[in-house]
Amino acid sequence: MQIQGNEKRGFANNPIVKAIGLQRIVVVLAVILEALLFSVLSPAFRQYATVVSILDYSYYISFMAIGVTFCLISGGNDLSVGTGMICYALAGGYLVQHMGWPVWGGMLVTIAFGLCFGVLNGAMVAIMNLPPFIATLCTMLITRGLGSILTGGMAVSWPSRSANGGWFRSMFKIINSGKIVPVGFIIVLFFIILMTLVLNKTKVGRYIIAIGSNKEAARLSGVNVIKYQMMAYIISGFFAGLAGIAYAATFSSSVAPGTGAGLELDAIGGAIIGGTSMTGGSGSVIGTLLGVFVMSLLKTGLPYVGLQANWQQIITGLVLIVAIYIDVLKNRKTA
Amino acid sequence: MGEVILTMKGIDKSFPGVHALDHVDLEVRKGEVHALMGENGAGKSTLMKVLTGIYTKDSGTITYEGREVEFHNPKEAQEAGIVIVHQELNMMNHLTVAQNIFIGREFMKGGLIDDQKMNEESRKLFSQLGIDIDPSEKMGNLTVGKQQMCEIAKAISHEAKVIIFDEPSAALTEAEIEELFKIIRDLRAKQLGIVYISHRMDEIKVITDRVTVMRDGGYVGTLITEECTKDDIINMMVGRVIYEDPKTHSAVPENAPVVLKVEHLNAGKMVRDVSFELRKGEILGFSGLMGAGRTETARALFGADPKESGDIYINGKKVEIHSPQDAVKNGIGYLSEDRKRYGIVVGKTVAENSTMASLTDFVKGLFIDKKKENDATKKYIDRLKTKTPSVDQLVVNLSGGNQQKVVVAKWLVKNCDILIFDEPTRGIDVGAKSEIYHLMNELAAEGKSIIMISSEMTEILRMSDRIVVMCEGRKTAEIDIAEATQEKIMHAATLR
Repeated sequence: MQIQGNEKRGFANNPIVKAIGLQRIVVVLAVILEALLFSVLSPAFRQYATVVSILDYSYYISFMAIGVTFCLISGGNDLSVGTGMICYALAGGYLVQHMGWPVWGGMLVTIAFGLCFGVLNGAMVAIMNLPPFIATLCTMLITRGLGSILTGGMAVSWPSRSANGGWFRSMFKIINSGKIVPVGFIIVLFFIILMTLVLNKTKVGRYIIAIGSNKEAARLSGVNVIKYQMMAYIISGFFAGLAGIAYAATFSSSVAPGTGAGLELDAIGGAIIGGTSMTGGSGSVIGTLLGVFVMSLLKTGLPYVGLQANWQQIITGLVLIVAIYIDVLKNRKTA
Repeated sequence: MGEVILTMKGIDKSFPGVHALDHVDLEVRKGEVHALMGENGAGKSTLMKVLTGIYTKDSGTITYEGREVEFHNPKEAQEAGIVIVHQELNMMNHLTVAQNIFIGREFMKGGLIDDQKMNEESRKLFSQLGIDIDPSEKMGNLTVGKQQMCEIAKAISHEAKVIIFDEPSAALTEAEIEELFKIIRDLRAKQLGIVYISHRMDEIKVITDRVTVMRDGGYVGTLITEECTKDDIINMMVGRVIYEDPKTHSAVPENAPVVLKVEHLNAGKMVRDVSFELRKGEILGFSGLMGAGRTETARALFGADPKESGDIYINGKKVEIHSPQDAVKNGIGYLSEDRKRYGIVVGKTVAENSTMASLTDFVKGLFIDKKKENDATKKYIDRLKTKTPSVDQLVVNLSGGNQQKVVVAKWLVKNCDILIFDEPTRGIDVGAKSEIYHLMNELAAEGKSIIMISSEMTEILRMSDRIVVMCEGRKTAEIDIAEATQEKIMHAATLR
């Protein structure tokens, strides 16, 4: 019953290992192994452009995953980040492309949309007490439909790199006479550090963990559980907005309505692989970043070994099953 | 006892269809431990919820420190100095001890949470209480007893003047209860007012100064503990004296055959080389401290957890039990200590629960034979004297004791001859408890064999024909009831 802790021995008990966390070390090893595997299987994989491509994928997945991590830790989930991200980027981009808004205005609208849907998700879960899975599944449908309606079903083009307002693409990637510098990683890193602090050192984070661990206990301790449970979804909405910008900035010139479904699984998968528990109460933002790299490496690497879209989905599904199973085993051990 | 700190007078509270509190009075003085007693559903918890602002009262007054008060939520009550140590531990297992204690009122430094300060303050609290807990340990890693100490520390850190203990001992071992009592006595010496809710009559006599008894939402009376007997209190609670006398010698006939033989059972750290025999019609008590491996032994025997080695013989024949299904096939039924989680499906009817383990016997063609199911269920409702309006009543609406009977019915319907009762009376009131005792004795007399795991010493001594004592996964003693004493059992339970 209460014997774990002193049961662990050897490697796992090493103070250095303990400080970093066994799970994180395993994930780092998994990333390295994955990269090695692709490198061996495909010589074309071994080039700088691949690294850039892996990072490109990692930006929008990271942002979604940071948000989802907070929802998971609160004991919930957010399935709407994938289609949401596209919807928000469509809304912002439409204003820029067709209404002559400045790019920064479009970006603000994108984030504002994310926040609004975050509030909606949060209200459904925290105030109306809908199951998070179903509530955000509905938002997933709504954002997908809304994205198409807002743009009349047409794809939206955010300004290209050379066009007026194309500066926002340089936030993530600077291309200077053929040289590519993936600066987006600095932005991601900034938010990873910021949100790690929020999670571990502020009331918002502390109460989100408390709610995920034992909501009733948190409530009886005088924690405003409605407010802080909503916060988790608002954070997720904000980061879905950021993800929308990152997606628009790093990928093809246009954002297409009706897409985005399934991308939330990359984010949720990243978070879970990174050690965030499906059952709430525990998780880490840094772990999530590491988990995201597992996912973005898959996305980048699989085409190199000849496995295209359909295979990618199958493999993503399998990886998720393994990750969630490990989470289940972990919980059984500590139960 | 000092001056009066809290008076509740004429408290009345109705819920739709239930008059939960009918003009109840309670008076708590500084430096007293005041027991609040009553059967389940008597209204004790409701009264405390009214006090701490979880429910609003319909009428009546609460006077605290000379002023009339009304709290609107637990936080307000807390800030005024009235704190509940809850029955179900209200802990966040993923947070550290210190983070739990200071949840909702964290120390901040430069806009960020100051965990170091929280650890220091917790350490001070613990040394004040004379207990040794690392504040930076994750709450989930502590034993139930230690978690309870943390709850108390949390209560004290609120500068509580009145602490309410809601069945604090329900999950504690004898040793942990001793520690708890020591702390409660310290608190009493510091002139705190303490309300102590418990079902355990023995504890009431040991720790409390006065007793207030409630029955069916009404106030029955307040006694000075020293001046009354256990029977006085029980009489006030239920209006009749109940328990049957403890056994002085085994009720099992000399020549009763061995129905279950377990040899060298090993399963993880908590079950190490456990061997024992169970005879027909016997109640075999399993005693020991929390974490001694009793439940683990039962679960391994029942096939609920994997075992590493060991042989199991039923009626002299070796059997393979690798899953609960195998165990049930061999006539073993298991009544979990955690009824709500493992024993019953609360949202289902009495009939559905009763036939759950033997549903294949009640299927005609593709469908369940409802009539046959109802008939069988009725038979056991009568036999076990289960109080339920019908077989279609949802189990969630039954009292704890009657829920327990439904679980028993489930295994009887399945025709199990060996029944494992794991903490059969945990969280059950005195009335229901005596019925469960009576039932177990009846079952044994009919030739069913019972393994009874219990952390309550009086229960072990009252019910068992023979007692197996475990400590840290090993069997440390086997004592016939005729020779059993509390001291002998405690000694064996702490043999390292």
